[in-house]
Amino acid sequence: MKLKKQLMNKEEIERALKRIAYEIAERNKGVENLCIIGIRRRGDILAERIAKILREIEGRDIPVGALDITLYRDDLSLLNIAPVVRKTYIPCDITGKKVVIVDDVIYTGRTVRAAIDALMDYGRPQCIQLAVLVDRGHRELPIHPDYVGKVIPTSKDENIAVFLEEVDGTEAVGIVE
Amino acid sequence: MLKKKHLLGIAELEREEIEAILESAASMKDILKRDIPKVPTLRGKTVANLFFEPSTRTRTSFEIAAKRLSADVVNFSSAGSSISKGETLKDTVRNIEAMIVDAVVVRHSSEGVPHYIASFSKASVINAGDGKHEHPTQALLDVFTIKEKKGYIEGLNIAIVGDITHSRVARSDILAIKKLGGNPIVVGPPTMLPLYVEALEVETAHCIDEVIPHVDVIIMLRIQKERMKSPLFPSIREYSRLFGLNRKKLEKAKKDVLIMHPGPVNWGVELSPDIMDFERNIILEQVTNGVAVRMAVLYLLIGP
Repeated sequence: MKLKKQLMNKEEIERALKRIAYEIAERNKGVENLCIIGIRRRGDILAERIAKILREIEGRDIPVGALDITLYRDDLSLLNIAPVVRKTYIPCDITGKKVVIVDDVIYTGRTVRAAIDALMDYGRPQCIQLAVLVDRGHRELPIHPDYVGKVIPTSKDENIAVFLEEVDGTEAVGIVE
Repeated sequence: MLKKKHLLGIAELEREEIEAILESAASMKDILKRDIPKVPTLRGKTVANLFFEPSTRTRTSFEIAAKRLSADVVNFSSAGSSISKGETLKDTVRNIEAMIVDAVVVRHSSEGVPHYIASFSKASVINAGDGKHEHPTQALLDVFTIKEKKGYIEGLNIAIVGDITHSRVARSDILAIKKLGGNPIVVGPPTMLPLYVEALEVETAHCIDEVIPHVDVIIMLRIQKERMKSPLFPSIREYSRLFGLNRKKLEKAKKDVLIMHPGPVNWGVELSPDIMDFERNIILEQVTNGVAVRMAVLYLLIGP
């Protein structure tokens, strides 16, 4: 993947995550009963970062998990090869918890639908909220994020990618070809 | 990732494909441990179990695996079927296929039956044991279990003890262990090793006591009386003494040696009853892992 046009740099990503963390703490009146779960494989990294910021501002640890939604996807039959199923890690019993799902980009909303279904099989959360770094529009399901880093209007044939230090060795959000 | 439509044998798999199955199986095992051990992945898909030979473990394991993935399962066994009315194998399979199934899991006493079915079947064919040839899912669950316990396969010495000639498990195990960089050693009386054993390109030994001190894993095989045309050893007692395993013989083994068996065990023949509660007997863990591995195989073959 080659970056065609950069839309966010390292500092902007960091500021967006900070604001999201503050909004999460504000909306939930602290971090009591909170659990943050990122969707593999970039949402889990963002979830870790948001939890770290929350730890700094609220002074306490928040359970962080990672969710692999492969087995809940509705488009498996459209693929030629089944992707390897990666591990899901749920840090605590989520029944009665306020769960924040974190993903890098929201597009059709189908990934989030799968994530909600997957979470429900682990327990019955008090509520589920959604945080994304980028909202690029074109939803196909009635799903709306609660916390958004940046809204980036795109056309359907454009491709948005998030690059993170941990997996890509660089930090950026942009249109790729 | 699995690039194939069928799982006919370990021989056809590349190392990367085996590793993809094992990685997915690890995630599947987590699902089995949840309060709700079921995922919607194969909703609407149908798996037919075609067993032309007796089996409890493998058939049940495939059935549970399919159901954990939300597939529908139909069971077919040759006893009480139209096979006894003279229907041919091809007709039987064609008819079951006509009821629209996505995968057929086949066990048969003749080698090559799954390959034959794959030659005309629209469904994915999974070999659940064909004669003396291969039993790929057993080998996959064996290497999965070893990897889970030891962390790796590379460089491990793994003894396979018993009737190598008649064992499809041995053949698949040898291939899988070698592809993952392990070192299989086959152990058995000369009458139970294949005539051209060197073709397997493995170490061989004729005495279990010789290999016990050097190995990390011991896979014991069942004496398959049903596949022997004439007796291959003088008496059960003699076989048990020379090739069976008991606690006394294990005193010379490495401290972390693992004891495995594909089941069903003939207690008192290849394994002494005092192994039953031996702490590194992981036979029942193999059975649990069998479900996870078969879930991974079904998902990778008929998921997309």
